[in-house]
Amino acid sequence: MSDVASGGAVRPKTAGGGSGFKNFLRATEIDTRMLGMVGALLVIWVGFHILSGGTFLTPRNLWNLSVQTASVGVMATGMVLVIVTRNIDLSVGSVLGVTGMIMAIAQTTWFTPMFGFDNPMVWIATIGLGLLSGLAIGGLQGFVIAYMGVPSFIVTLGGLLVWRGAAWWVASGRTIPITDDTFKILGGGSDGSIGATWSWVIAIVAIAFLALAAVNARRQRKRFHFPVKPMWAEYLTFALSAGAVVVATLIVNAYLLPGPLAARYAQANGIAVPEGGLAISFGYAVPVLLFIGVGIVMTFVARRTRFGRYVFAIGGNPEAAELAGINTKRVTMMVFALMGMLAAIAAAISTARLTSATNAQGTLDELYTIAAAVIGGTSLAGGAGTIAGAMLGALVMQSLQSGMVLLGMDTPLQNIVVGAVLVVAVWLDTVYRKRAA
Amino acid sequence: MMSTTMDDIRDGGTTGHTDNIDRAGPPLVAMEDISISFGGIHAVDGASLDLYPGEVVALLGHNGAGKSTLIKILSGAYKRDSGEIMVRGERATISNPRDAKAYGIETIYQTLALADNVDAAANLFLGREIMTPFGTLDDAAMEAEARKVMGRLNPNFKRFKEPVRALSGGQRQSVAIARAILFNAKILIMDEPTAALGPQETAQVADLIKELKKEEIGIFLISHDIHDVFDLSDRVVVMKNGQVVGSAKTSDVTKDEVLGMIILGKCPAGATPGPGAMKD
Repeated sequence: MSDVASGGAVRPKTAGGGSGFKNFLRATEIDTRMLGMVGALLVIWVGFHILSGGTFLTPRNLWNLSVQTASVGVMATGMVLVIVTRNIDLSVGSVLGVTGMIMAIAQTTWFTPMFGFDNPMVWIATIGLGLLSGLAIGGLQGFVIAYMGVPSFIVTLGGLLVWRGAAWWVASGRTIPITDDTFKILGGGSDGSIGATWSWVIAIVAIAFLALAAVNARRQRKRFHFPVKPMWAEYLTFALSAGAVVVATLIVNAYLLPGPLAARYAQANGIAVPEGGLAISFGYAVPVLLFIGVGIVMTFVARRTRFGRYVFAIGGNPEAAELAGINTKRVTMMVFALMGMLAAIAAAISTARLTSATNAQGTLDELYTIAAAVIGGTSLAGGAGTIAGAMLGALVMQSLQSGMVLLGMDTPLQNIVVGAVLVVAVWLDTVYRKRAA
Repeated sequence: MMSTTMDDIRDGGTTGHTDNIDRAGPPLVAMEDISISFGGIHAVDGASLDLYPGEVVALLGHNGAGKSTLIKILSGAYKRDSGEIMVRGERATISNPRDAKAYGIETIYQTLALADNVDAAANLFLGREIMTPFGTLDDAAMEAEARKVMGRLNPNFKRFKEPVRALSGGQRQSVAIARAILFNAKILIMDEPTAALGPQETAQVADLIKELKKEEIGIFLISHDIHDVFDLSDRVVVMKNGQVVGSAKTSDVTKDEVLGMIILGKCPAGATPGPGAMKD
């Protein structure tokens, strides 16, 4: 009971000692690992900005970066849960490839003839089928891993070949174009962005949500007389997160449609073109919103549901989870099924973005996905990892890649850098963990 | 500190001397003729064991005598090859840990079986989480319950926000014990409960066992070290090579006699011999 009065200084282990900055972190409950990642990201961004002569930190490049991150980012949120349960999924790139192919073929050969061109049922059926295929593929792999006892490394290594082969086989190696315009919105671009007004609406909703969440968390803790954050820390964390939302919105809204596209847009919507041209903002891209939505849902799943709790318990101590009465096999299978479904969402995004499905789609994505999760603080020993970290990790990986492209670096050099960064990042993380423990 | 506590217990024993356990009704739990083998090795071979309300039964034996295996069958971790388990006189079906918990059988494992990466409350409620009306985890309610039960067991415990990895051995032990008693256990299994503890914490566990006895909970204490459990138990059962050597009321045998049972399988006069007793 007396804990309430003393506020942030209740933790006996660290009370008294520690520098001002440590106390600050403790009061605001900011995760130091996340802070480090944001710091690393900023260093990368500023570094590329300087090296590229001021082309990296532009609305256009950052907007593109956000769209490019979406596909791998969506898969990284699922990879966190896979790795947390001490497993690995090497098949996600191939699953992306095969589900993308299934969606493209089903759309062109079945759904469009069945429902008619650009009928809303076309994109709904396409995505529905894609998600089901992903779920089934992931569930099948999960079943073999959990119930038949084959190590996930082997099952998904097999899956890597099987599903890539399957995609090639069904399409006989052809590239399948997709035709539905509504489906293409998932890929971003000028039609797949929501414009300035809706971007602000989303920003306001997000900020309201942040405020509500903070108030609710505080009320919960007060209800049970738990220690609460000091008021200034509440305001500061809220201001920082709301500020980030506002800045992001300002950036995506500052990216304007190029002249010809803007003129076409004005013509299509009956807007008169004023003097000096139209200023029409892209706003948030749909795949980015989808990515963020997936991130929020996955964070909710990981932290607020029984399933999420079991995933982490299994990762921390599989035997203990079993002894606690958790059906660990079922949970493991569900994790892989979920991963398959997320690969299908990523497939929808990347197929829509390329407006076609190809054999090579998603090649090497498994490695970028795993790298994103691991850079984002997911421990390969299992039991530790956050969805938000993996999302940031995906952004770090993508920033590196597009930055090097922007600098005109050769592909072999890019690979060398990405590989080296991955190893260094995990080494730093190991050092951090040792010190924290 | 420890010695005074142990003396207290021993004093209690000498004044009463007879255990006042009511063994007239059906036993709380009876394991009858249990066998299990792993790859041709009979880990447990025709073992029988029972436990009455408010009774503490010490299950003793060397490492590898089969006592942990036998008890893991009761807690649902292993499936027996043959034999019956009766709970309050009725045949019980126990094929996984969840079944055992449904019968009020709770286990504190030697390894504690804690998920090291989550906090105390998450461990206490693992597999039995409190949910909000919306079907989400009610962490606040679980933490409140955790604070209540930990306040009873270990009033100094304040580290509710840290993963249990960061806790001391004694604190981890109290989390494991709290988990076992939180859900109205009727039968408590403690596997080497004091092996990892200091004297003060050992005394705490002894106090707790006495308290639980008053609540008519039956307790199995499993140990390879007779000194850990002799003074706490009402009855001793000794196993050797997967078989029961014999059982005796603790008041009818001496430590040396029990040691003889553990090491040689030799049953003294005060004990009831089992199938594993040395034939002479």
